[in-house]
Amino acid sequence: MSTSKANPLPARPLPSQVVKDDEPILVAAAKAGDISAFETLVGRYERKIFRLAQNITQNKEDAEDVMQEAFLKAYEHLGEFQGNSRFYTWLVRIAVNQALMKLRKRRPNQVSLDEEVDTGEELMPREVEDWGPSPEERYKQSELGGILSSTIAELDPSFRIVFQLRDIEEMSTEETAEALGLSIPAVKSRLLRARLKLRQKLNRYFRRSENS
Amino acid sequence: MNCRSIVKELSNYLDEGLDSTLKDSIEKHLEHCDDCRVVVDTTKKTIQIFCNSEPAPLPEDTKLRLREALVKRLRRVRA
Repeated sequence: MSTSKANPLPARPLPSQVVKDDEPILVAAAKAGDISAFETLVGRYERKIFRLAQNITQNKEDAEDVMQEAFLKAYEHLGEFQGNSRFYTWLVRIAVNQALMKLRKRRPNQVSLDEEVDTGEELMPREVEDWGPSPEERYKQSELGGILSSTIAELDPSFRIVFQLRDIEEMSTEETAEALGLSIPAVKSRLLRARLKLRQKLNRYFRRSENS
Repeated sequence: MNCRSIVKELSNYLDEGLDSTLKDSIEKHLEHCDDCRVVVDTTKKTIQIFCNSEPAPLPEDTKLRLREALVKRLRRVRA
């Protein structure tokens, strides 16, 4: 019998709505032509933007192009950034557009965010095994990174992108829907499926019986 | 509330997007259904593991090419 208690995720403000203290200062300086301020922002977010691009495109070269284009476009269009969201959220939206363009160019008939998603029977989890309190601690950081990126790569792109924005970048449902041109119910439906599929895929690494 | 309804409402429950009546019914079900409790718990952990994972450092050559591209374009933008 499982002893772990299932509680909802702790309520906290979304990072997309929390502005780091110095971010508006750096953005204002970059807008005024201070290149080193912009470079500080690049240094702060390059790893995350590269991971996002790699998770969406599933190709290292494409991810590198996407990251470069995202930062260059951000710099060129800084004047249009109104500061209504975090700079990072704005940057993510630029990077997602670039990544989707790459993906569609590479696989024009395979990437559609508009397709209908079935709901019903197959949502029910097949494997139900307890993972214990901190299953990720059984792996080294680099090993865990490999597990997570190969697991997310197995998802269909339309689920992968929604999960990336909602649960990795921690954008709100509304921000995700707007960034991807999807309805809110479509985002919710894809997110639920992505979460359940990833849970099932991670089960093979994290179930107690795997490590006992 | 049955197991199927729990799965259907799983995301809303984890994201704290439910009214208290529905939340209470889910929690009542979880008190006596081990399978659903494990599904809720492992799905929550799935989200947290991805959310807390640190991106790997950029490969040095990738970092270098990004810097070069920035310098090249920024010079052009300023010119």
